[in-house]
Amino acid sequence: MEPASADTRKFFYEHLGLSDRLLEQCLSAALSAGGDYADLYFEYITAGSLSLDESLVKSATSGISAGCGVRVLSGERTGYAYTDDLSPERLLRAARTAALIASGPAKEPVQGFRSPSTAASLYPLAGSSVSGEVAAKLLLLERADKTARAFDTRIVQVQASYADERRRILVAASDGSFAHDTQPMARLNVSVIAKQGDNIARGSSGGGGRVLLDFFLSEKTPEHFALEAARQAILQLGAVPAPAGEMPVVLGHGWPGILLHEAVGHGLEADFNRKKTSAFSGLVGQMVASPKVTVVDNGTMPNRRGSLHVDDEGSPTQHTVLIENGVLKGYMSDKLSARLMGIADTGNGRRESYQHIPMPRMTNTYMLAGEDDPQDIIRSVQRGLYAVNFGGGQVDITNGKFVFSASEAYLIEDGKITAPVKNATLIGNGPESLKYVSMVGNDLELDEGVGTCGKAGQSVPVGVGMPTIKLDRMTVGGTGH
Amino acid sequence: MNVAAAPAATSITQEFVTDIVTKALKAGASDAEAVFAEGDEFETVVRMGQVEQLKEAGSRALGLRVFLGNRTASASTSDLSPQGIAALVGSAMDLVRVTSEDPFAELPDRAAFGSLTADLDLFHDDVFSLSVEERIAWARRAEEAAFAADPRIQNSGGGSFDASIGRKILANSRGFCGESRGSMCSIVAQPIAQTPDGAMQRDYWYSSQRSLRLLESPESVGAEAARRTLRRLGARRVPTQRVPLVFAPETARSLLGALFSAVNGNAVYRNASFLAGKLGEKVAGENLTVIDDGTMPGGFGSAYFDGEGLPTRRKPVLEHGVLRNYLLNTYAARKLGLSSTGNASRGLAGAPGIGAGNFYLEPGPQSPEELLRNVRQGLYVTELIGHGVNIVTGDYSQGASGLWIENGELAYPVEEITVAGNLKEIFLNITEIANDLVFRGSLASPTLLVEGMTIAGS
Repeated sequence: MEPASADTRKFFYEHLGLSDRLLEQCLSAALSAGGDYADLYFEYITAGSLSLDESLVKSATSGISAGCGVRVLSGERTGYAYTDDLSPERLLRAARTAALIASGPAKEPVQGFRSPSTAASLYPLAGSSVSGEVAAKLLLLERADKTARAFDTRIVQVQASYADERRRILVAASDGSFAHDTQPMARLNVSVIAKQGDNIARGSSGGGGRVLLDFFLSEKTPEHFALEAARQAILQLGAVPAPAGEMPVVLGHGWPGILLHEAVGHGLEADFNRKKTSAFSGLVGQMVASPKVTVVDNGTMPNRRGSLHVDDEGSPTQHTVLIENGVLKGYMSDKLSARLMGIADTGNGRRESYQHIPMPRMTNTYMLAGEDDPQDIIRSVQRGLYAVNFGGGQVDITNGKFVFSASEAYLIEDGKITAPVKNATLIGNGPESLKYVSMVGNDLELDEGVGTCGKAGQSVPVGVGMPTIKLDRMTVGGTGH
Repeated sequence: MNVAAAPAATSITQEFVTDIVTKALKAGASDAEAVFAEGDEFETVVRMGQVEQLKEAGSRALGLRVFLGNRTASASTSDLSPQGIAALVGSAMDLVRVTSEDPFAELPDRAAFGSLTADLDLFHDDVFSLSVEERIAWARRAEEAAFAADPRIQNSGGGSFDASIGRKILANSRGFCGESRGSMCSIVAQPIAQTPDGAMQRDYWYSSQRSLRLLESPESVGAEAARRTLRRLGARRVPTQRVPLVFAPETARSLLGALFSAVNGNAVYRNASFLAGKLGEKVAGENLTVIDDGTMPGGFGSAYFDGEGLPTRRKPVLEHGVLRNYLLNTYAARKLGLSSTGNASRGLAGAPGIGAGNFYLEPGPQSPEELLRNVRQGLYVTELIGHGVNIVTGDYSQGASGLWIENGELAYPVEEITVAGNLKEIFLNITEIANDLVFRGSLASPTLLVEGMTIAGS
């Protein structure tokens, strides 16, 4: 299908001077020393941000960034060069630089480009420009500021920010594949400080996705985020030290799905498994989780932060089953690992920008719903932790150890949620932790659109999700008893 | 492919950048500040003896901050054409009209500007002097040295040799114009070791310097990476308990990073730091003196001028445990009724932030071995992972791995535990500091011993 996205091709061809002939010339130059494959990745990003701080609009920014990355693959080798000058001379120079990775007779790219057929539109392609609607965006921030301050007199600082971008990409490859897309992204964030005597706490909330301004007028309003941030900060004023040691842990639905991202997601990226550096290497077909656990990576969900029509290699994104009823089914792959491992390209080849080499990355990663009532899950715990909100996480993919830090959590005592506890890090072992999942709730939810994943120095937006689950044991890194 | 491509030098001059400031004033700005940044980089990765990645490129971009009285906004672009610059000025001027009057938002006073005149030794073009073959050879040697160290190392994340150079020009409407260059090169090795039962561990080591001739040899980097990886094999958990923790320089450095965040003026004026309102108070042990110094020759955090055009300087942050200075840019300084400490950092877009110069804890008298020898039972922390540091409250809880200390000796490796406490107490409870201060980045700490933290484990 060509409809609205045809404008993206037109943009690159008419405004930035690209042509089929220039792309073919660059691909020929890229394969001038041999190589198996070459691709060109063009990117043009317009971005803007506004921030309200101490009830003042202290910052407003806009930015334009454009460039092209040229990649040449030769066996397991990657040659890469990029330029932010899109003149034919600079593009050809970048192509010849990337070509140096191979050493053999020149090859010719496939003649004629063809576009993949992609799913129905997952996000608005057209819409307003990023720099437009400033007044309407400021109004959102003022609503957030007012709501958070009105929540409680102990809220002493409020920062609200709105950031959006429109990323246009065009990918042309020596195998004839050709794709382009216009990818919107918007996010509203509220963070607050609460103070009571010497006791100070913070709270923050935010969200968005591949949406436009109207999303924050109808679906997730500034009041929603402001109330959530203020509630968390006030709650933290009364938090007690988190317990320390192994105990049953109940994770709430939504953003706690970061557990999956760290515990299994990264370990199932194909590059680590091709190199046998992942704790999950060679475990396909084996039980790596409780039979109640099914985990998927799905880049085709409408408006989600991790969703894409095509990945950054131009391949359509997919719904990929990673773990089915506890059994490891497969990996997330890009073109390089798919070819070298003889597995399917799952449309997970992503990159931070034209300055970066694509690699297998997650899109939206979540656990399917089970049958348990979330209330029953809480009731089943004698003494443990109920964690509903998290900061970041991290994993060592080689030994499988992962952490994620709870920003809102409570003690569970005799089946009841009791005192809120201070920030604590939870730690576990990827291929083992999910074997202790004993209950899975019927309340699957995706996060609100806040996740950014880092790998090898590259950041990309992702989504996570999970129903309420119970892990019979996990280590909680508090200071209390 | 014998010749390494020379960095693409652009013709962007100080006049070009000053002219953008002039254009902004003509468009109605009452003050303006423009920044130009360009960089060239290459990366060379060898894995399992084979070239895995060669990357080489350069980029450049402009940022513009404009003022309309006490309103401010900014814009950035990678389009340096006349049309691109006209659009840059236009969008900054459009945005500045929607921002609020903020009496604290203003460029620094004219008298404050300046640039250090001594040679800081920040740029060496030798980082780009090796041919492509030599770069590959250096990366390969680092990986090979790790493989050669022990038969349990049969896999690898690779060896790499990278370099980058950058140039920056900053100009404003109050008469400042400064230009600086910097260079960096590094060698990294990331071996993976395996026990017969299939359990894997990885670690890494690196050498990073502003000049090629200061780099450690690929062989020593590879050998040290192997030693660090091998010592993790067979790691086990330990029970939940409270014992002394000895932070190795790599992890002690992250505690200093938390201290930097807590003295960052932007967090302080918002009351978003556990050290807000504590200037002049004793917040750490008598034995702690922490310095921020942007003027050290060759330093990773050194600069001739900060992100607003003020000369960098040396100042104590903690002096014998007493909080002496927050780190400030002009805005945070005005909010707190203080003077800038020359710590403004400047990206292309947005208001200036606050960055550290060379931020370090002064070394103590004893060797790290002597420090360890006095610990009967404890944990030597070699790695911290996660995001469990809350600067507002000081609450600290991180994933950790390391080596168990028994009667002053490193006994066995430990993993899958957390270490937790509160930074307010942690800085008061650093009871021992070793003498092994080495700068491997702009933040540096010697080995140190902390009492009273909790390990959560089995």
